[in-house]
Amino acid sequence: MSKVEFNKETGPREVFCGLTSIVWLHRRMPDAFFLVVGSRTCAHLIQSAAGVMIFAEPRFGTAILEEKDLAGLADAHEELDRVVNDLIARRPEIKTLFLVGSCPSEVIKLDLATVAEKLNKRFLGQVRFVNYSGSGIETTFTQGEDGALKALIPLMDSSNEEKLLLVGTLANNVEDRFKKIFRNLGISNIESFPPRQSTELPKIGKNTKVLLTQPYLSDTVRDLKHRGCEIISAPFPLGIEGSSKWFLAAAKAFKINELKVHEIISPLINRAKLALESHKEILKGKRLFLLPESQLEISLARFLHNECEMDLIEVGTPYLNRDLMKEEINLLPDNTKIVEGQHVEKQLDRVRESNPDLVVCGMGLANPLEAEGISTKWSIEMVFSPIHGIDQAADLAGLFSKPLRRNQILTTKTLVTH
Amino acid sequence: MELTLWTYEGPPHVGAMRIASSMKDIHYVLHAPQGDTYADLLFTMIERRGQRPPVTYTTFQARDLGGDTAELVKKNIKEAVERFKPKTLLVGESCTAELIQDQPGALAKGMGFNMPIVNLELPAYSKKENWGASETFYQLTRTLLREKVSSSEKISPLRWKELGRRPKVNILGPSLLGFRCRDDVIEIQRILSEQGIDTNVVAPLGASPDDIERLIDAEINICLYPEIAEASCEWLKRNFGIEYTNTIPIGIKNTIEFINEVHNKLGLPLTNKEELEHKSKLPWYSKSVDSNYLTGKRVFIFGDGTHAIAAAKIAKEELGFEVVGLGTYSREMARQVRATAKDLNVEALITNNYLEVEDAMKKAAPELVLGTQMERHSAKRLGIPCSVISTPMHVQDVPARYSPQMGWEGANVIFDDWVHPLMMGLEEHLIDMFKHDFEFVDGHQSHLGHTATQTKDFLNSGEKKEKNSKEEIIWTESGRAELTKVPFFIRGKVKTNTERYAISRGIPEISDETLYDAKAYFS
Repeated sequence: MSKVEFNKETGPREVFCGLTSIVWLHRRMPDAFFLVVGSRTCAHLIQSAAGVMIFAEPRFGTAILEEKDLAGLADAHEELDRVVNDLIARRPEIKTLFLVGSCPSEVIKLDLATVAEKLNKRFLGQVRFVNYSGSGIETTFTQGEDGALKALIPLMDSSNEEKLLLVGTLANNVEDRFKKIFRNLGISNIESFPPRQSTELPKIGKNTKVLLTQPYLSDTVRDLKHRGCEIISAPFPLGIEGSSKWFLAAAKAFKINELKVHEIISPLINRAKLALESHKEILKGKRLFLLPESQLEISLARFLHNECEMDLIEVGTPYLNRDLMKEEINLLPDNTKIVEGQHVEKQLDRVRESNPDLVVCGMGLANPLEAEGISTKWSIEMVFSPIHGIDQAADLAGLFSKPLRRNQILTTKTLVTH
Repeated sequence: MELTLWTYEGPPHVGAMRIASSMKDIHYVLHAPQGDTYADLLFTMIERRGQRPPVTYTTFQARDLGGDTAELVKKNIKEAVERFKPKTLLVGESCTAELIQDQPGALAKGMGFNMPIVNLELPAYSKKENWGASETFYQLTRTLLREKVSSSEKISPLRWKELGRRPKVNILGPSLLGFRCRDDVIEIQRILSEQGIDTNVVAPLGASPDDIERLIDAEINICLYPEIAEASCEWLKRNFGIEYTNTIPIGIKNTIEFINEVHNKLGLPLTNKEELEHKSKLPWYSKSVDSNYLTGKRVFIFGDGTHAIAAAKIAKEELGFEVVGLGTYSREMARQVRATAKDLNVEALITNNYLEVEDAMKKAAPELVLGTQMERHSAKRLGIPCSVISTPMHVQDVPARYSPQMGWEGANVIFDDWVHPLMMGLEEHLIDMFKHDFEFVDGHQSHLGHTATQTKDFLNSGEKKEKNSKEEIIWTESGRAELTKVPFFIRGKVKTNTERYAISRGIPEISDETLYDAKAYFS
């Protein structure tokens, strides 16, 4: 292991809670509905993060707790029952309904598991109910997906069939690319979790080889292990290096000759390197500061340093699972400073002191930093853009080079006045 | 429990953030979990603010709940005071913290700080954003001016005469995330100064706690946005005798009435009454022949109370539209909106459910929608032109250019903003009319995107439903042909009316003649 410096920090934070992950999860599974049991704050958070207005009727909503629901829990359960009945009558096409716990529902100890169990009996054969918590007192941003996937595992049937299971939400086009490449490698039985339809859950068992596409799935991984699945240890498929090692690790698990992998991915690598050049030109030697939000920070730092030659000042992450991130941490340069958790004020002090060329941060901080003359990249874009795989390496680099390029354009005089 | 897919207003602590972020030298310690920090992006992204809201979130986690969350609150208050050195501290809690009852306000007061501390109790499970903003502004005003109450005599609106200076007024209510507040303030100050009236304090937007303490230097208060400022204005009136205005200067008539009201209250003679009619281009633009086609245009209005009521008046009296729907999501303003709706002979829609608004919009078959960003989206789906008149807003409602809603320039802005989408609607009609001409064969691109087809889908789908649910109504070829000749924006209404007529008369088939019969019957 390289000599990476680990730090922990606590204090006021500036991050989204796990509910935010509903924004991409509901798109991944168009037959599912996400019902947050929470407050007006929860509803407002999701609509603010998602730009909900573009939908006629979104496939997520909030059962907003009112004074009377707080007075007696029995009534709250009844009320939730009523809301669910109305919802299913209105949206008969829903196959899976996620009851999503929030900060207030966790604090008043609303037992969504029991509610889900009862509803499952009543709507047997029509709608399935699962529950998980996306609360901000327990989860940060992408951890919501971890909770949602973990909640689905008990519904997955067992099978000892050998298969490759890609775990973590991917953009559909990226998923298709990956599957094609794996088939070319000779792995034909490939499934994804979460699937594109909530009802088409993959079967799992001792011959299931799990390959993670996202780094934030600690709880899901633990439960998949309990079901006998083998977890393939690999860096994450961001950038050429990460993706190549990811393919190689999968091939090794399926006893596929390494030479064959190189044969198939070499042309992709060459093409991607070419595409990466123009971005690297901009990013090279620039100093990067990553604030914690998505847990993708360590993989991004590895890509931006190793392939784009950026210098890393600080790599923040809301949560660090060293076991899951082992392969990534090994690829980081010596003396990389990783900070787990956040004290947003102290961290911003460090940002200002270190005078970075680019800061990766949340939307609440981006414009204030820009106003101070510091270029930024919003981290939320990482979870909404197709950035995985060798083919997307240049697009991923482009997310970071664009703000710098823009800054360059706006501060240089290029046209002579005639 | 209320199922909500989308909400017009945020929770009350977001209202408090609007007040804190609007002001200077204030800091707000909010007892809240990490996820609540999302609210910062409303200010930094929608308002494009270059500063973070002055808010510290205590960021308590599940593991803190068993321990001492009160200590966490105190730690955060201490750090925030040391770091930001505010002149006044707001302390409150969001929905989750309300449940654990740490009473952060009381904790803060026990910490021995030498500055005013406002303890905000904003019930998150029954109140909403605008109420929270109003309550925060009220509590702040009360806290900062409480000591001066007993010592002060009632302030006469005529005091300026005795003091031998120009009259001074406060402009109360403008805040961040309010609709065009930034520019309204400039416009109103300009109008007042033309009349020889000075602005004492604008608050909360741009004010400091010191400014709040100076509120009593003014003779009257201008209550610019009652949603935010009425409670404070009322308190200032009760305790210091400061009168406040009731007229909201949106539209020509209201602006003139506002100027009259201010003059009457101040005992200041209005010398340039005739000039006022010509300060805005709206009256002439509305009178000019080009605007004839605006007559009787059907308009549907939904927004916050203040803007919806003002829009109804302008639509009806200044542009000659017909108001076919009026509503608000502001329950606090429901009474006034109902009264206005009654005058206009429509039923007021008071709801926080955007789907209900969309349904009402569909039924009213308007030619123009004036609403919030949500109504803009609903109208787009229905293929109806729309202009945004109220919060909740979008980044495009904070334009780079000067773009008030109030006063003379506000009226100009309103004329352009409401009439241009209609003109494009008319253009749409022309495209529809001429689409069979060979010049259009290549597919003329409509500015509304694919709304033309959407309109047809909407009509067709209605047709299917009708056939299944009601008695079988058949449109004959001639009836169908005649219907397509009706301008698209009224076609839905004509279709429904004709079918209603046919059913009531027991007519099984609708021909071109039935259409004309129905037209005569309903006219």
